[in-house]
Amino acid sequence: MLVKFNVNGDTVEVDVEPRVSLADCLRDVLHLTGTHLGCEHGVCGACTVIIDGEAVRSCLTLAVQADGATIVTVEGLSNDNALTPLQAAFRKHHALQCGFCTPGMITTAHALLTEEPDADAERVRDVLSGNICRCTGYVPIVEAVLEARAAYANPDKADAS
Amino acid sequence: MTSGMKRGNALIGQPIERVEDLRFLRGRGTFVADVNREGQLHAVIYRSPVAHGLLRSVDAQAALNLPGVHAVITAQDFGADVPVIPLRLQPLPELVPFRQPMLAHDKVRYVGEPIAIIVADTAAIAEDALDLIDADIDALPPITDRAGAELGDVLLFDEHGSNSAIEWNAVRGDAEAAFASADYTRRETFKVQRHAALFMEPRGFVAEWNANEEKLTVWGVAKVAFANRTILADTMALSENQIDMVEVDVGGGFGSRGEFYPEDFLIPFAARHLNRPVKWIEDRREHLLAANHARELECDVEIAATKDGKIIGLRGQSWANIGAYVRTNGSIAPRNAAQFMSGAYAIENIQLTTTSITTNKTPTGTYRGPGRFEGDFVRERLIDLAAKDLGIDPVEMRRRNLVSSDQMPYPLATMTPFESVTELDSGDNHALFDQCLAEFDWSEKVKLQGKLIDGRYHGVSIGCFIEGGAAGPSENARIVLELDGSYTVYLGSAAVGQGIQTIMAQIAGDALEVPFDRVRVLHGSTSHVKSGFGSFHSRSTVMGGSAIVLTAEALKDKIRDAVAPTLGCTPTEVTLDGGNASGPSGGVVSIMEVIGEPIEAEAAFLNKKYTYAYGSVAAHVAVDPKTGQVDVLEIGSTKDVGRMINPLTLNGQSVGSIVQGLGGALLEHLVYDKEGQLLTGTLADYLLPTAGDFPNIHSTVVELKPSPLNPLGAKGAGEGEIIPIGGIIANAVAAALVDFNVEPLELPLSPPNVWRLIETAQKT
Ligand code: FES
Ligand code: FES
Repeated sequence: MLVKFNVNGDTVEVDVEPRVSLADCLRDVLHLTGTHLGCEHGVCGACTVIIDGEAVRSCLTLAVQADGATIVTVEGLSNDNALTPLQAAFRKHHALQCGFCTPGMITTAHALLTEEPDADAERVRDVLSGNICRCTGYVPIVEAVLEARAAYANPDKADAS
Repeated sequence: MTSGMKRGNALIGQPIERVEDLRFLRGRGTFVADVNREGQLHAVIYRSPVAHGLLRSVDAQAALNLPGVHAVITAQDFGADVPVIPLRLQPLPELVPFRQPMLAHDKVRYVGEPIAIIVADTAAIAEDALDLIDADIDALPPITDRAGAELGDVLLFDEHGSNSAIEWNAVRGDAEAAFASADYTRRETFKVQRHAALFMEPRGFVAEWNANEEKLTVWGVAKVAFANRTILADTMALSENQIDMVEVDVGGGFGSRGEFYPEDFLIPFAARHLNRPVKWIEDRREHLLAANHARELECDVEIAATKDGKIIGLRGQSWANIGAYVRTNGSIAPRNAAQFMSGAYAIENIQLTTTSITTNKTPTGTYRGPGRFEGDFVRERLIDLAAKDLGIDPVEMRRRNLVSSDQMPYPLATMTPFESVTELDSGDNHALFDQCLAEFDWSEKVKLQGKLIDGRYHGVSIGCFIEGGAAGPSENARIVLELDGSYTVYLGSAAVGQGIQTIMAQIAGDALEVPFDRVRVLHGSTSHVKSGFGSFHSRSTVMGGSAIVLTAEALKDKIRDAVAPTLGCTPTEVTLDGGNASGPSGGVVSIMEVIGEPIEAEAAFLNKKYTYAYGSVAAHVAVDPKTGQVDVLEIGSTKDVGRMINPLTLNGQSVGSIVQGLGGALLEHLVYDKEGQLLTGTLADYLLPTAGDFPNIHSTVVELKPSPLNPLGAKGAGEGEIIPIGGIIANAVAAALVDFNVEPLELPLSPPNVWRLIETAQKT
C-alpha cells in the first residue's frame, strides 16, 4: 500500500505491506534507526515518536495509519551543530548509559514539555513511567527533563531544527 | 606505581560529560539491529513449546515450501557431533554432561530451547514459516522446583543419575566447633525468586561469510568478544584469525548479554551454510525465554553468635535452581552465594554449601552481583534476626562485626571445587558505615521505626556489602601516536553502556599527559588488540584502565628513544609535552617531525587478585498493611572505590544499580507454572521499575582506600549497590511491621506477598 506522510519535515511516500508497523517502516524503509524497538508490544516506550504533536508508540501503530500525518522522530529533534537544550540536559545529568531507551525518552519528554513547559517533578515522573530504562534508575532522567523546562518556556530556545 | 600519572588528576576524577552521548542523544548510535549487509537474509528460531520431552523428529517440509524461505536448519545439519556451549568459567569435568547443545536433538529440556533455525528473505516470512514447523515431541513430566528435582523419579540427564549437578563448598575456620560453643544460634530458610538482567536492547547478530577469503565477520558481540571468538572458531572448525567479532553499540548487559548462547553459533553457521549474510534480532518474549535467567536460590542457613553479638559462625546448605543446562558462566552465582555470604563481616567460621540443581526452566547465568544479591539477602536478614533476639541495636551489631581496617587484607572462605582463595584487599568499613548513617540522618529517621503514620508503617534499615572487581587474568591495550599528533587507544575491554569510551580516554589522557580531545578509544572488537578478555565482574576500569597506563608508559619510552638522538641526549633526559619533546639543553622538537610515521606500543596488565569496593546502604520504607504495598521513601548509599575516574558515570552506576536491586526486591519475578511454561512472557507481566516507583535515591562515592593491586588504585565498581538491596529492603519491611512480628524470608516483597505475611502473622 502507498502511504504518504511527513517525517522530520520531509514529505515521503512509501510502499508497505499493510501489516508493517510504523516503527519498522521508519527503521527499515526510511533508515531512521534512532527509533528503537525494545519490546514490540507497547510497554517499553523505546519506539516513541511524535505524531501530530502527540507521543505515540510506533511499534503499535501501523505504517498505513500514519497516512497524512506529521511525524517527528529523535532525528528530527536533533541538529548537527550542537545538542538541543533537552539533549544537553540529558548529557549534563548523565541521564543515559547504554543509550537504548534514550530516543524514546527524548521524544516523550519533548512532547510533554512542548505542551506543558511547567510540568512538575511528579508530572514528569508520571509521563515518563511509560518508558522503561534499565540503566539509569530514572533519577537523572527526571532531573534532566526538569532542567530542560526553561528552554521550552521560551520556545525559540527549544526549537532544535 | 603511579608513575604514569605524574601530572595527576587533570582528567581522572573529573565529571567529564560522555563522548558516547553525542550520538545516542541524536539517535545516531549503531546498535546491532541497525546493522544491515547487502543481500542479507533473516533468521528466526523455532523453540521448544514444551518444558521436557523426547524430540523424535522435526518436519520442516511445509516451512521449506513457503516462498521466500531459504533453509530450515536442524541438529541433523551438524552431522554426528552436535556442538555444545562450552563452560567459559569453572570448566570442571563434572559439569561436562550438562552443557547445552546448540540445537536440541534427542531431548528438549526447557520451553524456549532452540530446535531449528529458519532463514528467509524477510523476518516476517521467517516468522510465518515458524507456524509451519512440526516437531514431534513425546512429553515427559517437567521438573520445575527443588522438591521435584530431589525426588529423582524424572531425570533431565538420564546418564547422570541425579538432577543435582554439583556442590560448591565454602569453608573457613571450624564451623562445627563454633556452633557447638555458641551462646546463640538461629536457623532459617530463605528463598530468592528467579529474575533476570533484562537489558533493554534485545540481543541480535548479523553474520557474514566471505567464501573467497574464508573469513567470517560477526556483528553484535558484547562483553567477551575474544572468548566467544575462540568458542566460535572451535565449534565452526575455523581458526581464530578467520573470524572478526565486531562490537557495535550495546544496549545494556548486566552480566547476561554477551555470554555465548546457541544463537552465537547458529547465526554464523547459517551465514556460512547459505553463503549469505544472515541477521537475527531477538523479540522480547524470546528474550525472556532464551537469555540467561538468574538468582533462583533456596537457603537453609544458621548463624552463631556470642551473647554480646559477635558473629562466630555461618553454616548451611543452599540450592541453586540453575535451569536446564550449565552454560558458560552457570556456576558463578551458586559458588558466589557460598563464598561471599559473609560479605563485609569478619565471620571466622564458615561452612556453606550450594548445590546446583537442574530443572526444566531456562538456564541461568550471571546477573549484576551474581550470588551476592542472594547471599547478602540471607546474611543481612540473619543479622537483624539475631540482633532482635539478642536485644542488640542492629546498627551496633553490624559495627561489632564489620571487618576492621587492621584486619585487612582479610581472607574470605575458601571455595572448592575449582579451588579459589580471595581476600578483601583494603578498606575502612567502619568509617564508611558511619558516613552512610550520618548522610542518611539515621538518628532522626530511626525514631520512625515501626510507627504508623497516615495509614502506613515506617521502617529503616542499613546494611553493608562488598563488591569483587577486576577479575584477571589480563587485559590488553595498544596505543598509536598518529601522524596528526592524536592518539588512538585500542582496548580489549567491551562497552555495555558504562561509558567506557569516556572513562578510558580520561585515563589515557592523563597517562599520556595530553588533553582529552587528543585521545580516541576503540574497543571491544577482536581486530584491535592481540587478545582481550572483555567486561565482566566489574573489571573494565581496573583491568583496561591499568593496561592503558602501562601501554602509555611503554609508548612514551619508545618516543623518548626515538627523539633522543635528535635532541642529543639520553632517552631518560627527554621531556615529553603534548606533541613536543625537549632535551636538557633546552632544544625542542616536534615528535612527529622527528619520527615521521605512526608509532605504537602494546602492553597487557596482569592481575590475579580481586579488588574489593565496599560500602553501606540505608533504606526508609513505608508499608501499607491493607494492601501490602511497600513504598521506598528513600535510599542512601556510600561506597569506596579507591580511585574514582569519573564521578558522573560512577554515581550513575550506583543509582542505576540500586533501582535494579529494588526491582529484584519488590517487583521482578519470572513465574513458571507446573508444566514449566513461563507465565511472565511480556514486559506487561514481568514488572520492571519505572520512573514513578523510586524517586528518592542518592549515592555517595568516595576515595578512601586506594587498591594496592593496580597502578590506578581503582576498585571495580560496576555491580555495586544492587548487592545488599534485597536484604536491606526486607529488613526495613520487618522493622516497619515489628508490631505484627513479620519477618520476611522470601523475595520479592510484592504487595500480595507482604499482605500474606501480615495476614499469617496476625493469625498466629
Ligand atoms: S518497542 Fe514499542 S513500546 Fe516497546
Ligand atoms: S540508558 Fe540503558 S536503558 Fe536507558
